[in-house]
Amino acid sequence: MRFGIVRFPGSCDEVDAQLAAERVGEAVILWHQDTDLQGVDAVIVPGGFSYGDYLRVGAIARFAPIMGEVERFARHGGLVLGICNGFQVLCEAGLLSGALLPNTSLRFVCRQVELEVVNASIPWTRACEKGERLSIPAKHTTGRYWAPDPVLDELEANDQIVLRYAPGENFNGSARDIAGVCNAAGNVLGLMPHPEHAVDVLTGSVDGLKLIGAAA
Amino acid sequence: MARHRELGLTDHEYELIVEKLEREPNEVELAVFSLMWSEHCGYKHSRKLLKTLPTEGPKLVMGPGENAGAVSVGGGMVAAFKVESHNHPSAVEPFQGAATGVGGILRDVFAIGARPIAILDSLRFGEVADSARSRYLLEHAVAGIGHYGNSIGVATVGGELYFEGPYEQNCLVNAMCVGLIEERKLIRSAAAGVGNVIVLFGARTGRDGIGGASVLASAELGDADADKRPTVQIGDPFEEKKLLECSLALLDEGLLVALQDLGAAGLTSSSAEMAAKGEVGIDLDVRRVPLREADMEPFEIMISESQERMLCVVEPERLTEVLAVCDKWEVNATAIGQVTDGDRLRVFDDGELVGDLPVIALVDECPAYDLAPAPPAVPIYPAPRRTLPDGLDAGGTLLSLLASANLASRRWAFEQYDCIVGSRTVRRPEAADAAVLMLEHGGAIAVSIDGNGRRVAVDPYRGGVEAVLECSANLACTGAEPLGLTNCLNFGNPEKPHIAWQLTRAVAGLGDACRALGVPVVGGNVSLYNEGGGGPIYPTPVVGMVGELPDPARAGRLGFAAEGDTIALIAAGWAPAAAGSELAKLRGEAVAGELPPADLGSLRALHAAVRRGVRDGVLRSAHDIAEGGLAVALAECCLAGGIGARIDFGAPADEALLFGEGPGAFVVSGPAEALARFGAAARIIGTVGGGSLHVEAVLDVPLAELSRAHAGGLADLLH
Repeated sequence: MRFGIVRFPGSCDEVDAQLAAERVGEAVILWHQDTDLQGVDAVIVPGGFSYGDYLRVGAIARFAPIMGEVERFARHGGLVLGICNGFQVLCEAGLLSGALLPNTSLRFVCRQVELEVVNASIPWTRACEKGERLSIPAKHTTGRYWAPDPVLDELEANDQIVLRYAPGENFNGSARDIAGVCNAAGNVLGLMPHPEHAVDVLTGSVDGLKLIGAAA
Repeated sequence: MARHRELGLTDHEYELIVEKLEREPNEVELAVFSLMWSEHCGYKHSRKLLKTLPTEGPKLVMGPGENAGAVSVGGGMVAAFKVESHNHPSAVEPFQGAATGVGGILRDVFAIGARPIAILDSLRFGEVADSARSRYLLEHAVAGIGHYGNSIGVATVGGELYFEGPYEQNCLVNAMCVGLIEERKLIRSAAAGVGNVIVLFGARTGRDGIGGASVLASAELGDADADKRPTVQIGDPFEEKKLLECSLALLDEGLLVALQDLGAAGLTSSSAEMAAKGEVGIDLDVRRVPLREADMEPFEIMISESQERMLCVVEPERLTEVLAVCDKWEVNATAIGQVTDGDRLRVFDDGELVGDLPVIALVDECPAYDLAPAPPAVPIYPAPRRTLPDGLDAGGTLLSLLASANLASRRWAFEQYDCIVGSRTVRRPEAADAAVLMLEHGGAIAVSIDGNGRRVAVDPYRGGVEAVLECSANLACTGAEPLGLTNCLNFGNPEKPHIAWQLTRAVAGLGDACRALGVPVVGGNVSLYNEGGGGPIYPTPVVGMVGELPDPARAGRLGFAAEGDTIALIAAGWAPAAAGSELAKLRGEAVAGELPPADLGSLRALHAAVRRGVRDGVLRSAHDIAEGGLAVALAECCLAGGIGARIDFGAPADEALLFGEGPGAFVVSGPAEALARFGAAARIIGTVGGGSLHVEAVLDVPLAELSRAHAGGLADLLH
């Protein structure tokens, strides 16, 4: 299994994602100006920032040359994981429904959170059980998932809500406690918490490996 | 007023400049001298004192004088680190002041080629409960630190935060950065190679931060500070992130002869220092500098403190490659001058010579003043306002302490910082007495930053000693041995005898403690003139340490871990007393009295014993007894572990034992038989377990109550 990790100017967690992916397979960095996915089997759009995010988060990154290829890859069923800023970019790119708004506190929050696996049948969650709890850190200012109610209803009906914050853990005010959603086909997953920061018992948890490793 | 006085130079200093130049300086030259000879850049009042600090140690790789110090951490790697102040900018504009404080210290670390892996910050404000201004400064300084560190992807792993009246007008924002680099890849800042090209890269140069080092950092704060807002720089962490990656890429490809960041005094100090260290001259043409505003004067370009800029020396044949790397990272890069034979820093404006300065005079011949220390004749600081209700029992006193601004949980602040990026953080805030970060070769480093101004105010010498001991004790609790120390000396106006006395005594204490513990000072920073209308700040030496531990899996924790574990007090010469304590403060007692002495030799052995106990896995928890005394330390161990404790001292526990403060004691827990190795140094005082902190015949407080007081404390005070 070969992962490609996108790097934008301002990406912060791309090396963490690379290290995490290398625990379960190979990983290469994909430069934002490139248009070659180097034959990878899965793409991770990592966390951090992209081009400074001076505008709406992720709004510029979706126009990066590499993102055109990622979109094409995704629409042909390629596995794509968007983490934090990567989730925001995938929403901007229209690969996922909804948008990420500023946390209700309007503050950056870094916290270990408990997630509940809602849909354990997509490629990224197939190593989990439905209802299983995962302990994974989240850290962001703009992570409040939002979509119009009809869209949320549709996501629920289609089983596209993959991860929810466990009761009491929704610190950012996300609609219906949503922490992660997938596209209709299930090959593209976006989530605000950082599974690449939950891959080593020494740094707090290995639950993130269940997501990243499932694709391998 | 004479122009040189407006720029912060004395008449005597001006005469000295005329003597060095053998003529009157022009506007550019005067501006350059005023900055290089400012307290901030020239250390006029502290240089002689700093020379008394020990700077040799077995693991030392790079001592004071470079952009950051460095110590060997094994596996061919070194940890580079330094702490710096950004106090006055933060008092004037807290968000940008704190943000650019972080940006500046990051650049110091990657200027020697190291990748920053951790940020710590040491903050002081006035009483948040009483002061809307302090709440404003706190909120915005914390947000600024988070904004910069989070955006650039460097973990903010620790820090400290205290509130005291004397910081009301003059807050303190000290930031420390730790970076990692292979020892053989370290780069220095000495310019070399006549004919080599000077390349400025990073952000464009604007009018922000004009006179920051002289007008703002080297004078007392006053009423007209709103006018000084233009002297505060504006930070852009995205620009710095690109600059960081670009700088490290340039070094990785071996394209640079020397590298230097632009900090205080901008192009002026960076070019002068590069030239002085390399014993060469430098020619610069300010018209080649990319500007934000077209009509900037040469002196403005030379002294602008616009952020996110670096200066490097490049061999002419490598210039194209250097520019290509910068282009890849979308970083501006411009050749603005060259290294020359000689000892002059010459400034040109589109080819016309507008400044011709002797490098040695600028950098090395800044006058150094003798201090005239004298202990104060009358107390300097008013007693704090009493906030402790009357008639509390020991349990009530403990809850009041836990809820007080200085002891309540720092979660409100540290949750605003990304403490995990980089995948190294083994101990996050509130998990241990120091942050622990693992390294590629299998070991780990522990980092801590400490200082307690109130205790230094009570006794500058013993307070200075305690700052070093506290930091070392915190490292010991994670199993780490200190390798090196950086300090930031935050004091009032050193031209006043009582401030000079505080400074002299505190530095003597720092030096003695460092020598006794065998820890070298690798560099640091001095911030003087921290006074407002309300008088000077507490004398606040802040100490940051980096230590190493062999096995991150055995990094110590502060929380009690297992029901039934034995709790012991491990101490050496511990004589806790009320003077300078948190309890004395809550009672509104004068900042006076006698701090307990410290027997440095036995404390070094004590720290080593605790360190070994943690490393060997014998101690399941270890916590240094500090602010708030033993009772607060026990409560913190219970809260961090989520489990209670039953304590029996076997004798009546007096107030000094419960709440007194003084160096030299730890609360540890582990299996009973394992604690035997500590012999007489360990006094068994109880057992882990239950849902409350129970001290026989003294107090019994349920965990939930402890938690309510501690967890809610800071947030409650803010709203």
